[in-house]
Amino acid sequence: MSVPSTTPRPVAANSVWPQLEPLLPQVTKPIQYVGGELGAVVKDWDSATVRWALMYPDAYEVGLPNQGVQILYEVLNELPDVLAERTYAVWPDLEALMRAQGVPQFTVDAHRPVRDFDLFGISFATELGYTNLLTAIDLAGVPLLAADRTDADPVIVAGGHAAFNPEPIADFVDAAVLGDGEEAVLEITTIVREWKAEGCPGGRDELLLRLARTESVYVPRFYDVDYLPDGRIQRVVPNRADVPFRVHKRTTMDLDAWPYPKKPLVPLAETVHERYAVEIFRGCTRGCRFCQAGMITRPVRERSITTVGQMVQQGLEFSGFHEVGLLSLSSADHSEIGDMCSGLAEQYQGTNVSLSLPSTRVDAFNIDLAQELSRNGRRTGLTFAPEGGSERIRKVINKMVSKEDLIRTVVTAYTNGWRQVKLYFMCGLPTETDADVLEIADMAHEVIRAGRAATGSKDIRCTVSIGGFVPKPHTPFQWASMERPEVIDHRLKLLKQAINADRSLGRAIGYRYHDGEPSLIEGLLSRGDRRVGAVIRRVWEQGGRFDGWSEHFSYQRWVDAAAEVLPGFGVDLDWYTTRQRDELEVLPWDHLDSGLDKDWLWQDWQDSLGEYEQDDCRWTPCFDCGVCPTMDTEIQIGPTGRKLLPLTPVNGLKLPTGAQQ
Amino acid sequence: MRFTSHRDFARAFERALRRAGVPVAFSQGFTPHPKISYASAAPTGVASEAEYLEIGLREPVDAEQLRAALDAALSPGLDVLEVVVAAGGGLADRIEASHWRIELPQVDPDILAKAVAAFSAVEEVLVERMTKQGRRTFDARAAVIGIDVMSPSATPSGDPAVPCAILELVVRQVTPSVRPDDVLSGLRVVAGLEPPVAPKVIRLAQGPLTAQGAIGDPLDADRDGATIGGR
Ligand code: B12
Ligand code: SF4
Repeated sequence: MSVPSTTPRPVAANSVWPQLEPLLPQVTKPIQYVGGELGAVVKDWDSATVRWALMYPDAYEVGLPNQGVQILYEVLNELPDVLAERTYAVWPDLEALMRAQGVPQFTVDAHRPVRDFDLFGISFATELGYTNLLTAIDLAGVPLLAADRTDADPVIVAGGHAAFNPEPIADFVDAAVLGDGEEAVLEITTIVREWKAEGCPGGRDELLLRLARTESVYVPRFYDVDYLPDGRIQRVVPNRADVPFRVHKRTTMDLDAWPYPKKPLVPLAETVHERYAVEIFRGCTRGCRFCQAGMITRPVRERSITTVGQMVQQGLEFSGFHEVGLLSLSSADHSEIGDMCSGLAEQYQGTNVSLSLPSTRVDAFNIDLAQELSRNGRRTGLTFAPEGGSERIRKVINKMVSKEDLIRTVVTAYTNGWRQVKLYFMCGLPTETDADVLEIADMAHEVIRAGRAATGSKDIRCTVSIGGFVPKPHTPFQWASMERPEVIDHRLKLLKQAINADRSLGRAIGYRYHDGEPSLIEGLLSRGDRRVGAVIRRVWEQGGRFDGWSEHFSYQRWVDAAAEVLPGFGVDLDWYTTRQRDELEVLPWDHLDSGLDKDWLWQDWQDSLGEYEQDDCRWTPCFDCGVCPTMDTEIQIGPTGRKLLPLTPVNGLKLPTGAQQ
Repeated sequence: MRFTSHRDFARAFERALRRAGVPVAFSQGFTPHPKISYASAAPTGVASEAEYLEIGLREPVDAEQLRAALDAALSPGLDVLEVVVAAGGGLADRIEASHWRIELPQVDPDILAKAVAAFSAVEEVLVERMTKQGRRTFDARAAVIGIDVMSPSATPSGDPAVPCAILELVVRQVTPSVRPDDVLSGLRVVAGLEPPVAPKVIRLAQGPLTAQGAIGDPLDADRDGATIGGR
């Protein structure tokens, strides 16, 4: 069989491919800039009226699998007069060549310059992508500051979880969308389409005003921020009539009506995830107080077991993937997860399709599910997330797991044949002391001891994995002070010693942790205000790129930039990070409405300090967090009582469609 | 698809097998993998019109139907031209040499011709390359059994306004392998040839070497016996 590979894809009229191609042999992993994925869509430029460039601001290998971008890409491209293409962060080696040769930021689909598009949408799952945003804007040939842009520049829209506090990037983006994007991008598209059809009246300013009037697109330039002499914010108010005082998040209800991605992108290059991922529900009401995702995506909206089954079937057929991920913030909590897992396991028994469930729930049910999913032979890892070392700190963060539960659960895993489990914890939580963290060692020791006793084998292990706590906007911990990196690092060292204090047990325990320093910078970016934009810009000018990658992240660069820029505003790095806020302080994101009632959040913060737990509103009465009434939404959960439809086995060869010729 | 690495291609090919519902045979063992073997894959950054691989199947399928199904399942730019039923004997053993075309934009064909003459005139040209074992020095001359400068009318791909020299090579399969970039290094060593921009390399063919130094079709042996196949 011979596989020729010179068939050139047609080169679009405004493609930069001829200039880009000669640079690619000189860079690492050139395939990431080539595009041509299965599922990719290349449309005719001139027949489209509204054109979106979508970006995940990290390397292709991380960005390509991103669900958010894939969903919006597909939703937009389904409209006949709309064209959406994708772009990712280019590595510094290509960036240098692009600058030298004058090649602009391009899309991977048809290699078009990003500046040619009407809209440039960027998805921020994490704040660590901000410096890459600046690289992309600059490489695109678009002015860095929104204020300097003209009608010839795209409208830059931020979305994703970090967009719930876009203030640190307010100078660089034209707009931000809070919450689910499916309907938001369609609404924005409609507004742009109409404005263009009318001949672009009033230029860019009028377009932004129309977007702002929806009350669900935040346009930072229409809001002024005033500061108090001590550096705190006095108020944030609209600077023109007709612009809402508060901007509201979007919530897509009825996930069955939005079964995306239908045609997942399948890259040639290797990426972090090579699987078909389906969100089985959105939102989470477990109420972990550190978890921004859980707070800002309420209420819980389940996708039904039948839709999930259908999506899996079609997604696998389309993509040829052999791994399925059932995603959500707490997948074992789906009301029909048991039937879903056993149903899928049955359907794919005897094939080499493997199923995975990123569940971290600490109970035996989690193990049942994992066992169900490993029917096909491949045993996926088991992860439990008690998050806090001591009973006390677990009450503070509202993670209702007892030590006995944890040990019983892990031992059950060992006796069911798992040899290795992972335990997730956080360090630097509010009110935390050395003692709270040292209890992690006791817990790990007991897990191994009990596991050895129950299995009679020494061949069992656990890995303790520790993440740094970062207080996030729209959570009860938004007022909390961060711990200093030295204190965190010291605690982590003490913990390591405590784990290894018993040689025999210590040898069975793996230990992974993050240094305190990067978390402090994440803390600056997540709770920052508009003044932090100057720090981001300074870091970027000094060469800051790919801050999510430890080999590229430089703590010193951030500290230096903060020290250079912030004193001019009468504040400093500590002011943003290790300072506790009080109840009446105006927070930079107070004008951005996640639905959560600020009084409820404050009460939950007080409950936390009082070590008082909060139940889940799926199983106990509504506790009035505010989301459902303000957003006019409701909890959507099953059980539906329906079962997975049996697969009709297809024998023989298939002629798949979807690869665009 | 010049920028696809062999690993990338292998993954894409396995997915295409699943999309097309091909009854592939799997190896035994804890992590079964499909039985596929690739014959001397082109290096990353090189386009190819002639790559070959073998797959083991659980049950017989019609060769032409398999070709069509796999071709449809692969990304655009990766095309399956022909499928034949293996008559026996390893495919890898039949690959004795490769035929390459190298386009050298902005290189004067006369200068290239002089460099080629200098290269042909010597017995041995030592070049260096980073390999998995570290930096290695080896001979890039002996394995080259044909090296010709083509006339510019031989259709360079790209802008006709830019001058472009074209080199064609027939290189024997040896260890360590001598790749087109090694021959270019050799031209630098003997004649100081430095292409100003990155050359474009295409593999035109690979297969058994005939007595005349031409490259035969590696699938001939299968085609003789088999009743199915054909281009
Ligand atoms: C899969 C996953 C990963 C994967 C894959 C990442 C990828 N390429 O997508 C991996 C393992 C690589 C990963 C890594 C990390 N992750 Co992660 N990850 C997830 C997970 C489980 C699913 C994400 C997902 O696909 N969601 C579904 C999609 C559809 O949602 P979405 O992207 O938010 O998009 C929707 C909207 O936000 C909006 N939208 C998005 N972009 C845009 C853009 C525009 C213009 C508009 C208008 C709208 C819009 O529309 C979309 C559809 O409604 C979530 C948990 C969860 N269930 O959400 C955590 C999660 C997103 N990750 C998280 C974190 C912290 C990280 C890391 C920073 C961890 C670390 N410390 O290294 C890294 C960062 C990686 C990076 N550099 O970007 C946190 C985010 C923190 C927060 N905001 O609260 C989450 C929420 C987990 C958690 N509970 O803490 N992650
Ligand atoms: S408003 Fe009530 S029901 Fe809705 S998410 Fe909040 S607590 Fe739960």
